[in-house]
Amino acid sequence: MSKNTISAANRHKTILSVILAVVSIVYVLPVLAVVINSFKQNTFVKTDTFAIPTGEMSAGFDNFIKGMTFGNYPFMKSVMYSVVITLLSTFLILLCTSMAAWYIARVDSVFCRAIYFLCVFSMVVPFQMVMFTLSKTADKLRLNTPWTIPVVYLGFGAGLAIFMFVGFVKAIPLEIEEAASIDGCGPVRTFFTVVVPMLKPTMVSVGILEIMWVWNDYLLPVLVLDINEYRTIPIHIQYLKGSYGTVDLGATMALILMSIIPVIIFYLACQKHIIKGVAAGAVKG
Amino acid sequence: MKNKKNTNSNSIKKATRRWGFLFLGPVLIAFTIGFIWPFIQGIWLSMCQFRLISDAKFIGFDNYVKVFQDASFRHAFWYTAMFAIVSLVIINVLAFMVAYILTLEIKGSNLFRTVFFMPNLIGGIVLGYIWSMIFDGILGRYQTSILLESKYGFWGLIILMCWQQIGYMMIIYIAGLQNVPGDILEAARIDGATSMQTLFKVTIPNVMSSFTICMFLSLTNGFKLFDQNLALTGGQPFVIQVGGTTIKTTEMLALNIYNTFYSSNTTSQGVAQAKAVVFFVLVAGLGLLQLGYTRKKEVQQ
Repeated sequence: MSKNTISAANRHKTILSVILAVVSIVYVLPVLAVVINSFKQNTFVKTDTFAIPTGEMSAGFDNFIKGMTFGNYPFMKSVMYSVVITLLSTFLILLCTSMAAWYIARVDSVFCRAIYFLCVFSMVVPFQMVMFTLSKTADKLRLNTPWTIPVVYLGFGAGLAIFMFVGFVKAIPLEIEEAASIDGCGPVRTFFTVVVPMLKPTMVSVGILEIMWVWNDYLLPVLVLDINEYRTIPIHIQYLKGSYGTVDLGATMALILMSIIPVIIFYLACQKHIIKGVAAGAVKG
Repeated sequence: MKNKKNTNSNSIKKATRRWGFLFLGPVLIAFTIGFIWPFIQGIWLSMCQFRLISDAKFIGFDNYVKVFQDASFRHAFWYTAMFAIVSLVIINVLAFMVAYILTLEIKGSNLFRTVFFMPNLIGGIVLGYIWSMIFDGILGRYQTSILLESKYGFWGLIILMCWQQIGYMMIIYIAGLQNVPGDILEAARIDGATSMQTLFKVTIPNVMSSFTICMFLSLTNGFKLFDQNLALTGGQPFVIQVGGTTIKTTEMLALNIYNTFYSSNTTSQGVAQAKAVVFFVLVAGLGLLQLGYTRKKEVQQ
């Protein structure tokens, strides 16, 4: 191979790098717009959206202070509810669906296959199909608080998690569990001491998918929770927009910034796992 | 030996079975509350007139007749279909291009991947809010707004969805591209194939399964879209038709169903539930159709 073709290929790659670098900058501009507007006086957000807030435009940290109590609802309360609901739901889903999936894969009876089929089926059902009846049922069973709504998430989200866990359990050789049972390990102990450690990578993938889903979910909590009392971050932000005639855009941008910073930190910290989890969950419907 | 093994695993099975209530119980209860019961009740209620659930009165298929007579639903259907198809094409073409470039081992590809995937983690409501600020910042210079023209709302939502979804689809395409065996690419090169020929004749047929997944995902994502639609335009601008019905020009199916459920009209809940059933059949059917079609293509390759 001649030197010329190699250097031509390298030149092409450099050009592509430059193009993608420009696209990347364009890609982060919306986030940058949120940052600059969260430091801007409200009246200038609409007229000078893309200007750097200096001089009279600058609001300093006023928007962040105002945002804390914006809409007659403390922002930190919605952060707390979002955290509680996300963590509890994810924990409950991981625990219960991994147990169920292991049972389904190992016992493999007609009943188990029927449940598995229902799980796969539930993945293609859009939420609108069940949203009205589900919210009424949840109300009736008092699943309408941040501490009980994880049961609803477990119910509606079980399909994908079980689907992913079953796929993984079937790939684990039975011999390890057999050895444990010969050593006198009962099924419960076998599951928690032998199977769970092997499931860890899948747990991380499923966990990340569930965290991303529950944290960003708007419709399910808004229908199930009593929103005068409990607002998650998406509900809070939607209500600022919906219930106010004239919205303080500067303060809203400050809230949005505060709500995406933890997400971006979480992303940068466990990027590898997140991307792997998403790729693994791509089979969902 | 083999026999012994079988009896062994059978006895494990038996022992495990006794713990069924513990392993399956919690999920079964929650799954019944969160899916099975609401689904069955939903099908039943689509054939009833009701305001709450306790006052449901069976009326047969009247609701379904009303669904297909509803001009706002028909509009939402065509609008959603248009949106889903346009976004499917744009997102997949761009995502595949980016994925292809990133697998060429160019400088900074890890950084680019990080950046392109990032918007995927931001929730739909927040995304809608961010972009409505940006679009109004631009359109405001021309004394207009994204809420004033339905074509702005349409393309605005397309841009928003591209920003959010390209990174996601890119990840799936990268995984597919990395699985293309290096020796067949090498063979194509030795046989004198140009890079374009290699791309279309070797690479793309070998990542067909990634195309299946991505097209399936973006099509159903497009059809099911709700949060972004609600937060960006909420269906605006509204147009009042000659007959007096209001058409929310940028309202998609999911939002149309939501608005029908929670409207002030006391008789619309049954119609809304019937819409939801039609919507379910549509989404599930589309998914199966798409899957079947691309699977067939895969086999032919």
